[in-house]
Amino acid sequence: MSDRSVSRAARDRKVYAPVFFALGDETRLWLVARLSSGTPQSIAELTAGSSLTRQAITKHLRVLEDAGLVRSMRTGRESRFEFEPKPVKQLKAYLDQVSEQWDQTLGRLKSFVER
Amino acid sequence: MTDTDRIEKRIELNAPVSRVWQALTDHQEFGEWFGVKLDGPFVPGQASRGHITYPGYEHLKWEAVVQEMEPQKLFSFTWHPYAVEPGKDYSSEASTLVEFKLERTANGTLLLLTESGFDKIPGERRFEAFRMNEGGWEEQMKNIERHVGQKR
Repeated sequence: MSDRSVSRAARDRKVYAPVFFALGDETRLWLVARLSSGTPQSIAELTAGSSLTRQAITKHLRVLEDAGLVRSMRTGRESRFEFEPKPVKQLKAYLDQVSEQWDQTLGRLKSFVER
Repeated sequence: MTDTDRIEKRIELNAPVSRVWQALTDHQEFGEWFGVKLDGPFVPGQASRGHITYPGYEHLKWEAVVQEMEPQKLFSFTWHPYAVEPGKDYSSEASTLVEFKLERTANGTLLLLTESGFDKIPGERRFEAFRMNEGGWEEQMKNIERHVGQKR
């Protein structure tokens, strides 16, 4: 592996690891689903729709925020939270990569059986 | 079932179903286009073992468990799609199911490929594979493509 690809791998690890971690939890997945409807919501609104405490919701939102999956903005006295789709799109890239490999593999099968 | 759980491919092959079936299920022919050297024939219910043949990557093992072999219709196996770390035991982790389905067409064969079960793969494993795949596997594919091209 070249120095360049090592540093790229290091960069990717930094970028992706928190995203995988953040999404690996049912409550946080539920929060992402709630927020991905598009409307920014306050902690009070999110707590009202769940069986969790305000503290628990706040803690999970913090993890999502650190992973770049959620953005908060202050309006008046309250913070509202909004879904940020970019990391999820990057996450989907790995499946696209597997998909690409199958395209190449099946291309070789095609050449093989048609020759 | 979500769109992140499975990959589906359809490809038209200008070759009879019997020819495609042989290329899929004869372990030596499979190895030629897939890019692996397999230790022995495919047997339903049994593990298939071998290794990647690209120079510099021979330390990467191939291991799958053959599921179904319904002549000229269905060939399937399970494997660990991200088992890329040498010496690590992946047997306790979730595997994905790869299915090749064949249908006779006017011009030859329609091949339907499905790989499913990605949602059960641990997040960290996906990430690791994503990272390791980035350089090596792509490069290997290109080399195999060149090799197959030369033989034609």
